[in-house]
Amino acid sequence: MKKHFLKTLLLTATLIFTSLGVSFAEPKKGGTLIAAVGNNPRHLNPAVQSGIVTGFPGAQLFATPIRYDNNWEPQPYLAESWEISDGGKTVKLNLVKDAVFHDGVPIKSSDVKFSLETIKKHHPFKTMFAPVVSVETPDEHTAVLKLSSPHPALMLAMSSQLMAIIPEHVYGDGQDPKTHPQNSENVVGSGPFKLVEFKSGEHIILERFDDFFIDGRPYLDKMVLKIIRDPATRTIGLENGEIDFYAFENVPTNINRLKKNANLNVTPDGYAAIGPIDWLAFNTKSGKTADVNVRRAIAYAIDRNFILKAIMLGVADEARTGIHPGSPYYEPNVEAYDIDIDKANKILDDAGYKKGGDGMRFGLNVDFGWPGLRPNAEYTKAALKKIGIDVTVRQSADFPTWAQTVSNHNFDLTWDTVFNWGDPVIGVHRTYQTSNIKKGVIWSNTQQYSNPKVDAIMEKAGVENDMAKRKALYSELQKMLANDLPVYWTNTLPYHTIYSNKVGNPPMGIWATSSPMDMTYIKE
Amino acid sequence: MLLVLLVVVVLNFLMLHLAPGDIADTIAQTMGGADEQDMAELRKQYGLDQPFFVQLFNYVVRVALLDFGHSHFYNLPVFDLIMERFPATLLLVFSAQILSLFVGILLGVYAAQNPNGLSSLFVNMFSLFGYAAPVFWTGILLLIAFSLHIPIFPVSGMRDITIESSNFFVHFFDVLRHLFLPMITLASIFFAYYSRLCRASMLEVLGADFVRTAKAKGLSKKDVLLKHALKNSLSPVITFAGLSFSAVVSGAILVETVYSWPGLGTLAFNSIISRDTPVLLGILIFSTLMVTVGNLLTDLTLKALDPRIKI
Repeated sequence: MKKHFLKTLLLTATLIFTSLGVSFAEPKKGGTLIAAVGNNPRHLNPAVQSGIVTGFPGAQLFATPIRYDNNWEPQPYLAESWEISDGGKTVKLNLVKDAVFHDGVPIKSSDVKFSLETIKKHHPFKTMFAPVVSVETPDEHTAVLKLSSPHPALMLAMSSQLMAIIPEHVYGDGQDPKTHPQNSENVVGSGPFKLVEFKSGEHIILERFDDFFIDGRPYLDKMVLKIIRDPATRTIGLENGEIDFYAFENVPTNINRLKKNANLNVTPDGYAAIGPIDWLAFNTKSGKTADVNVRRAIAYAIDRNFILKAIMLGVADEARTGIHPGSPYYEPNVEAYDIDIDKANKILDDAGYKKGGDGMRFGLNVDFGWPGLRPNAEYTKAALKKIGIDVTVRQSADFPTWAQTVSNHNFDLTWDTVFNWGDPVIGVHRTYQTSNIKKGVIWSNTQQYSNPKVDAIMEKAGVENDMAKRKALYSELQKMLANDLPVYWTNTLPYHTIYSNKVGNPPMGIWATSSPMDMTYIKE
Repeated sequence: MLLVLLVVVVLNFLMLHLAPGDIADTIAQTMGGADEQDMAELRKQYGLDQPFFVQLFNYVVRVALLDFGHSHFYNLPVFDLIMERFPATLLLVFSAQILSLFVGILLGVYAAQNPNGLSSLFVNMFSLFGYAAPVFWTGILLLIAFSLHIPIFPVSGMRDITIESSNFFVHFFDVLRHLFLPMITLASIFFAYYSRLCRASMLEVLGADFVRTAKAKGLSKKDVLLKHALKNSLSPVITFAGLSFSAVVSGAILVETVYSWPGLGTLAFNSIISRDTPVLLGILIFSTLMVTVGNLLTDLTLKALDPRIKI
């Protein structure tokens, strides 16, 4: 009887799932996706140019060994399987057998070797493949990476736009890959779409690559990436249906306005690995902010909730540490510095910063790296007045001006947005490592923060292959950093993807548009 | 002329050099970070590690040889980059200039007939509004009105790339459709100048003896106004139009940004922000050329209007 019941249950379940399966819309083939991009890419070769602007077309033009699903799990892509052995020091990639480049030449293991070596030499994220000593190619479809030490960041570094497989017979012709003419035109890629036309300042047109190594994909015939710099114009384009898709929208008023439109979908999903965080960085070496008490008092005086509600209008998430809340390594249980003006005043009193006749203790400058962070800087002035710090908001003329000021350490406080880029080794360590205090280099350790214990933990976490142990190390790191407070982290940059109702399967993984859009389709 | 160009080139170079930061910083920005060696390598590659005067000298020499060089940012020949965008700017600037002249003169003539009437007041207000409103604001306002609520014009670009037709006229009207709003926006700044100037000049001429003679001859009001008065009152308007040509070119930068018009304006703006010196220099020379040609056209028009003028 019981057995019979179970059988019935199983049958019913099967029936339900089958009927559900029918009701799932089958992706439709064909159609053109009109997307907008906010900036002009320098060129389209992600092997020698990082950043989300090149990432969008770059991830369509070039395939990577692996890709990630929504849950941070690596999935086969150009490598149909992989084996990790020798305590993480040997990584064997088994490539898809029938993959070809856009010019019809087969993709071989030697191309993987060439790509990795090119990236290692020319890509700005040196930590991605630093431990890779050599790449062996026992046969055409097998690439074996030999590492000097275990390197858990390797998996993420082989995904998204970070390890574009580029053809050796094109980019290995002796010209400098960074300035290769085929980075902008006649691009020979390995991904689901091939380049039709790149008109700087106007558009990038991509077309379905018929011999793509995944059968039946991509679904779209064509992708048009219109370069529209003005946010208001982009918003109107989405509203009147001229644009189907826009990723990386981060203007809160635009997001809230577009949310009201019934023809559009607005989602914050898909940016966990990109991991953009807004923060207030301190100069920990010189000036008043060299004193950790001053930094803590400032953190207590700045209300994270005010920023989330009044400046970000409720579209951003809280970020308590330098690791993005969407990352598996995020540790929310750290000192959060919730608003407490009395405590902040007491810390400053105790540390001997007496208020003068005008109620002020001392003055500080605050800079900001992006126009969108101006309200944060102005809020800082108002907030710190309450604890007797007289803040001057310094406006930089443009990005290079600000970069010079901050990278040469001529600042007290600065608002900034910095990206995680997947693994903490790639985008997080750089902000706190003593060895990365490099004058003149923006997004190095410009805080000049140095703590040997923190350095040691990062070194350990960087080579720890056991996920649980690694998590514990990063948890400890985040707690220590929150205590030392070289940076006061406030919120995620509210990146949102906006797509019209006729778009199916927009990229919702951890890499947003820096991942292949071979499954995106146009409904109806 | 050459001396002026030399001074302009040197000044431009100096100003860009004084601005903090360089191309290596901008490239680091687009990369989401860079390391020391990369940045040093970039600076070496673009000669930024050399002493200031060596850089200046190389720069001037290259310009003298009409070598526009390579864009540091896009790594493309500057000449190609500019030529790709020059026609779009030319189209926008000339059509806006012609439109604003035409409308401005029309309004001016209309207002001059009844200088203290309601219509004159209306013309003044309308044209001053265009002059006073920031051009990017006018642009967005027009977009909201005519792209969103009454969707008759596209929001961005110069062409609809999904049109697959080889018919010239299909493309011609497509460009015209895209041109309409940017053109109006850019022209709106100058309606005020031309209409007020034309009105004042018309008023002066209308009181002149030869107009009274024409009226006494029994010519129709239309003939008096258009053949005699207008023709003689146009000189200051045209002269001013020639002078303000450079202002139209600079106004184009903002208009191009709002409408994503693929012209030189956006390129100039980008190259300043990204410290892309060779591109900026190239644009400078081209806009000088454009303004010079504009002034030449002004002179020719003036000569056509008044045969006494010699060029």
